[in-house]
Amino acid sequence: MTVNGWIQILVFCGIIIALVKPLGGYMTRVFNGERTILSIIFGPLERGLYKLAGTSDREEQHWTTYTGAFLLFNFAGFLLLYVMQRVQGSLPFNPAGMGAVPPELAFNTATSFVANTNWQNYGGESTMSYLVQMAGLNVQNFVSAASGIAIAIALIRAFSRKSGKTLGNFWADLVRATLYVLLPICVVGTLVLVWQGVPQNLNPYTVATTLEGAQQTIAQGPVASQMMIKHLGTNGGGFFNANAAHPFENPTAFANLIHMVMIFAIGAALTNVFGRMVGSEKQGWAILAAMGVLFIAGVVICYWAEAAGNPLVHALGIDGGNMEGKEARFGIVLSALFAVVTTAASCGAVNAMHDSFMALGGMIPMINMMLGEIIVGGVGAGFYGILLFIIIAIFVAGLMVGRTPEYLGKKIEAKEVKMAMLAVLCLPLTMLGFTAIAIVLPTGLASIANPGPHGFSEVLYAYTSAAANNGSAFGGLSGNTPWYNLTLGLAMLMGRFLVIIPAMAIAGSLVTKKVSPASAGTFPTHGPLFVGLLVGVILIVGGLTFFPALALGPIVEHLAMIQAPGL
Amino acid sequence: MSQSKSASIMDARILVPAISGAFKKLDPRSLARNPVMFVVAVVSALTTILFLRDLLTGGANLGFSLQIVIWLWFTVLFANFAEAVAEGRGKAQAESLRRTRTETQAKLLSGSERDAFRLVPGTSLKVGDVVLVEAGDIIPSDGEVIEGVASVNEAAITGESAPVIRESGGDRSAVTGGTQVLSDWIRVRITAAAGSTFIDRMIALVEGAERQKTPNEIALNILLAGMTLIFVLAVVTIPSFANYAGGYIPVVVLVALFVTLIPTTIGALLSAIGIAGMDRLVRFNVLAMSGRAVEAAGDVDTLLLDKTGTITLGNRQATELRPVRGVTEQELADAAQLASLADETPEGRSIVVLAKEKYGIRARDMQSLHATFVPFTAQTRMSGVDFDGSSIRKGAVEAVLKHVDLATVATGGNRASASTIREIQTIADDIAKSGGTPLAVVRDGRLLGVVHLKDIVKGGIKERFAELRRMGIRTVMITGDNPMTAAAIAAEAGVDDFLAQATPEMKLALIREEQAKGKLVAMCGDGTNDAPALAQSDVGVAMNTGTVAAREAGNMVDLDSDPTKLIEIVEIGKQLLMTRGALTTFSIANDVAKYFAIIPAMFLAFYPQLGALNIMGLATPQSAILSAIIFNALIIVALIPLSLRGVKYRAVGAGALLSRNLLIYGVGGLIVPFAGIKAIDMAITALGLV
Repeated sequence: MTVNGWIQILVFCGIIIALVKPLGGYMTRVFNGERTILSIIFGPLERGLYKLAGTSDREEQHWTTYTGAFLLFNFAGFLLLYVMQRVQGSLPFNPAGMGAVPPELAFNTATSFVANTNWQNYGGESTMSYLVQMAGLNVQNFVSAASGIAIAIALIRAFSRKSGKTLGNFWADLVRATLYVLLPICVVGTLVLVWQGVPQNLNPYTVATTLEGAQQTIAQGPVASQMMIKHLGTNGGGFFNANAAHPFENPTAFANLIHMVMIFAIGAALTNVFGRMVGSEKQGWAILAAMGVLFIAGVVICYWAEAAGNPLVHALGIDGGNMEGKEARFGIVLSALFAVVTTAASCGAVNAMHDSFMALGGMIPMINMMLGEIIVGGVGAGFYGILLFIIIAIFVAGLMVGRTPEYLGKKIEAKEVKMAMLAVLCLPLTMLGFTAIAIVLPTGLASIANPGPHGFSEVLYAYTSAAANNGSAFGGLSGNTPWYNLTLGLAMLMGRFLVIIPAMAIAGSLVTKKVSPASAGTFPTHGPLFVGLLVGVILIVGGLTFFPALALGPIVEHLAMIQAPGL
Repeated sequence: MSQSKSASIMDARILVPAISGAFKKLDPRSLARNPVMFVVAVVSALTTILFLRDLLTGGANLGFSLQIVIWLWFTVLFANFAEAVAEGRGKAQAESLRRTRTETQAKLLSGSERDAFRLVPGTSLKVGDVVLVEAGDIIPSDGEVIEGVASVNEAAITGESAPVIRESGGDRSAVTGGTQVLSDWIRVRITAAAGSTFIDRMIALVEGAERQKTPNEIALNILLAGMTLIFVLAVVTIPSFANYAGGYIPVVVLVALFVTLIPTTIGALLSAIGIAGMDRLVRFNVLAMSGRAVEAAGDVDTLLLDKTGTITLGNRQATELRPVRGVTEQELADAAQLASLADETPEGRSIVVLAKEKYGIRARDMQSLHATFVPFTAQTRMSGVDFDGSSIRKGAVEAVLKHVDLATVATGGNRASASTIREIQTIADDIAKSGGTPLAVVRDGRLLGVVHLKDIVKGGIKERFAELRRMGIRTVMITGDNPMTAAAIAAEAGVDDFLAQATPEMKLALIREEQAKGKLVAMCGDGTNDAPALAQSDVGVAMNTGTVAAREAGNMVDLDSDPTKLIEIVEIGKQLLMTRGALTTFSIANDVAKYFAIIPAMFLAFYPQLGALNIMGLATPQSAILSAIIFNALIIVALIPLSLRGVKYRAVGAGALLSRNLLIYGVGGLIVPFAGIKAIDMAITALGLV
C-alpha cells in the first residue's frame, strides 16, 4: 500500500461526496416535477411522450398500478431484446455479419439487461451486431436504470408523503429519469471519453497487419456511448468481452476515474434526494455514512490483500503485490478500488479479473454483493435495498427506546416487517440455493475451471453476482452452457423482481400511514449511533448467513495459502 | 399506589408447578403458537428419531448425539418453563379472584315494589333485570344503581378495605358483581350477563386465557420466523457445499448449528415478556383490556391529565386573607373562622387552621355561641353562620356580592360602596391570576375581604412532568377553571399546555386534533361524560369508581382510581417494548460467537486449515458444538428473570436510552457468548462429557 494509492482513494471519495448535494438537489427537482435548466429542451419532448403514451404526469398511481406498469414495461423490454437477438442476422447495422444468438443465451442476455445485471455469457464483439448493442442492449442500459430509479423514488415518496394512497406515476418517473438525469450526463460524458480515446463509430472491424506480419482483427464500434450509461446506470455490460480492462473501453487512468465516479454518482445522490424529500438532508447523509463505513472497510481489506501479495510467490524471491489479472495502467490500487466500487454498486464492470485477486481480495466483492449491494448500490436498487435493512434495523433496535418502531414518523409494523423479510430472504435463497444445486450436478461441476475452494468460489460468485444483479464474473467458470444460462437468468429475475415487489408493497403500506411528529422519545435516525446500528444489522443479518459458504470458499483458500508448507 | 400483590420472581409456589407446566406445553397445539420454538421442537424430534435409529444400528458417537438431543429438548422445555412461570404469577392472582366469585342468590324485582322480589340464582340474571341488594348481600352481577345509596366493600377487586359509596345518578353509580353492600339498600339494573362480568374478565385477563398476540408481538414473530427461514437456507445448503469439498456433516451437527443460529432466546421468552408486562400492570392495580392497549401506552405522545386529584391535591387550602381597606386582617380572620367552624369541607377546615396558625384564633364552640350553621347550596353558593342576630357568609365572589346587594335592598340600608366592591373585585382577580380561588367574606352586609384558597400542586409532580418531557411526552392539563387560573397552575406544575373551562366536547376535540397530527393520546376519566373521550383516546384509563359507561369506553381500568398512574402505565408500556427489543438484539448478536464455535468444528475434518477460526480455542470439535448448544439453552433460563422483570426504564431521551441499551444488549450480546461458550467448553471437557 502506498501514499499515492491512498491519495487516489481519497480523491475518489472526495469527488463522490462533492457530487452528492448538487446532483441530489437537481434530481429532487426533477422528480418533484419542478422546472430545471433542462426543461426548455426536454419539456416539450417530455409532454409529447406523455401524450403519445396517453398518460399524464399528474395521473397518480396506487402501488399496485405503479408496480404493474413497471413489470409490464420490463416484460416488453425483455421480449423486444430477445427477439432482436434472435433475428439480428436479418437486421441492419451488422458489419461483422453476426448470426442469430442461441435461445438460452438470448434469454440469459435479455434477462440480464432488463434486470440491470448485465451478466455477459457472450463476448460482445463476437456475438452482437451494432444494432443489438445500440438499440437493444444500450436502450435497456438506460431504461433498466431509469426503472430502478423510479422504484427508489416511489419508495422515497412513501416516506415523504404524509398519509396518501398514491406513489406518483411510473411513466413520468421513467421518462424524467431518462431524459433529465441519464441522457444529459451521458451525452457530456461520452464526448469526454471520446476525447480520452474511446472509439465511437459504426465502422466494420479493422484488419491490421502486425509488425510480425500477422493479421489482427481490431474490433470497434459505438463504444463510448455505451460506456457512459454502462457505468452511470450501474449496468456493467461491456462492449467488449474484456469489459473495462479493454483499452478501447477504458484507455486512461482519467477515463477510469470517470467510470468509477459515474458508478457511484446517482446511487450516492439518491440518499440526498431521500433526505431532501423527507425534509431533512441529515437523514440522507446518515444512510450514506453507513454505506461509506462498509465501503471504506471493503477498500482497505481489498487493497491490503492485493498489495500484500502472495506469500508463496514471495517465497520464490519475487516481491510485490498481486499483479495477476490486472492492467498495468491501473495497477493494484485502481484495480482494487474499481473491484470494490463495481460490486458495492451493482455495476459489474470490471477493469481487472476478480478471479485472479487474492482469496481475501476476491472475497470483498463477493461480500459486497451478498449484502444485497446496498453500499451505494445499483441506481435505485441500492437505495431500496438499504431501506429494507433500515426497516429491519429500526424494528429490532427501535423497540429498545420503548416505542413502536418508526422511521421518519412512519410506524414499522407487521406488514412492513413481513415484506422486508421476504425481500431479504430472496438473496440467500438464490445465491446459496442455486450454488448448492449447481455443485452437486455434473452439468454444474463441468463448467468449473479450478478444483477445490477456488472452484467453489467461482460458482458462488456467479450466482451471487446474478442474484445481486451485479453482472461481474469471477472468471474461470464457463457460464455459456444451457444450465448456467437458464439458472443464472432465473437468479437475475428473482434477485430483481422478488425484491422490488415486496419493496413496493412496503411503499404502498407506508404511504397511507400518518406521520407521527418527532419528539425526544423518538428513535434518532441521523446520528452516528444509527449509522453504527445499521452497519451492525447489515453485517449480522445480511452477512452472517453467508459465513459457512465463505468459510468453504475464499476463507479456507486464504488459510490454506498462509498455512502452506514451505512458508 | 399499592403493590400489595407483589410476589417474588423466584417463588417456589410458582416455580414448582411451572416445571410440570413446561412438559404440558410440549403439546404441538400449544407449541405451534410460537414459530421459532415449534421449529426447534420439530428438529429435536427429528434428531431423536435419528439417534434412536443409530442406537439400534450401532452408529458412532452415540454419547455425543445423545447429549445434543437432550440439550435440544431442554431448549424447548426452558422456553415452555419461561412461559409457565409468567403464567403462574397470573394464575395465583386469578385464584384469589375466583374465590370471590361464590354462588350468590339474587333478589329479582318484578315491579317497582321494593318487597316484591323472588330469590333466583345469581347466574340466571339477564342484562336489564333489576335486583334489590340490601345490607350484607353480595351484589350478584355488574350493574348500575338506579335507586338508593349504599356503602359497598370492594376489597374483592381493589384490595382496599375502606368501603365506598355507590348511589344512583352521577358518576358513582356502577357496582361490580362479587362486591358486598355494607349498609342501606340499592336497586341495581344488571348490565352484564353471567360469565362476562368484570371479575370474569379480570380472571381471564390475568390468567392469560384470552391472550391475543399484540400487533407488535405479531410483527416480531414475523421477523423471527423470517430469520429462522434465512438460517434454514444457510444450513440446508451446507451438506451440498461439504459434499463438494469431499466431506460429510452429520445431521445432528447441522441441527445444532441451526438451533443455535435461529433466534431461540427471544423466541423462547417472547410470550413470557408479554404476559409479564400485563402482570406488571395488574400489580399496579391496573387492568388492561387488551395487550394492544399496553403497547399503545408505550407510544403515547400526549397525556391529558385532569387537574384536580392528578396535578393538584384534590382540596384547595386557604393560604392568605386579604381584607379591604378599613378592615384588619384579624377582623377578617375572626369572621372567616366563625363562618367556617361548622363547615366540614376541606376548604372550610383549612380556613379554621389558617386562622389558628397565623392569627392565633382558637376554635370556638358553635353551641356555646348559639350559632346556627347555614350550609352551602348550589343556589346560594355560600355558607356561613347566623348567631345573635348577626350573620356571616363566605362564598364565591359574585354570589357574595349578589347577597350583599339583596341584603341591603331588604334592610333598606346603605349599599356597599362602589369602591369597596371594586376593591373586592380587584383582589379577587389578583388571586385568580395567581391560580387561586377567591372566597369573599361578608358580615351583616359589610364586605370584609377575600380568602385566598390555593390549589396545592402535588409535591414532586413538576419533576415527573420534566421526566415525561425528556421521554418526549407532552402533558396537557384539563381543568374547569378559567383560563387565568389554569395558566397559573399550569406554570406552577410545569405542564406543557392546558385546556381551561373544559367541557367533554372540548376534550374530545382536543384528542381528535392531536390524533390528526399523528399523535397517540392517553387520558383518564370516570364520568359518563368522559366516555366519548375515553373511547376516542388511544389509551383510556377509566377509574374503577367511575360509571359503567366510562369503564366500557376505556381500554384500561384503574382499580385504585388514581389518575397519576397514567405516568406509570406509560412506563410499563415502554418497558414491555424495550424488553422485547433488548432480547431480540441480544439474541441476534449472539450468533457471531456461535458461528465461530461451530463453523471451524464442523468443517475441521476436511479443511483442517479452518481451525484458525477457532478463536475461542475450544477443546475439540465435539466440545465446541456441545458448548454452543448448551449455552444456547442455558441463556434462556438465565434471562427468565430479566424477561419477567423487564428492562429498566430510565426517563432519558431516546438517543441516550438507545445507546445504553445497544451497549448492554448489542455489544454485550456479541461478547457474552464468547465467554460463556468458552467457560462451558472448559467445564464439559473437565467433566469428560466429550
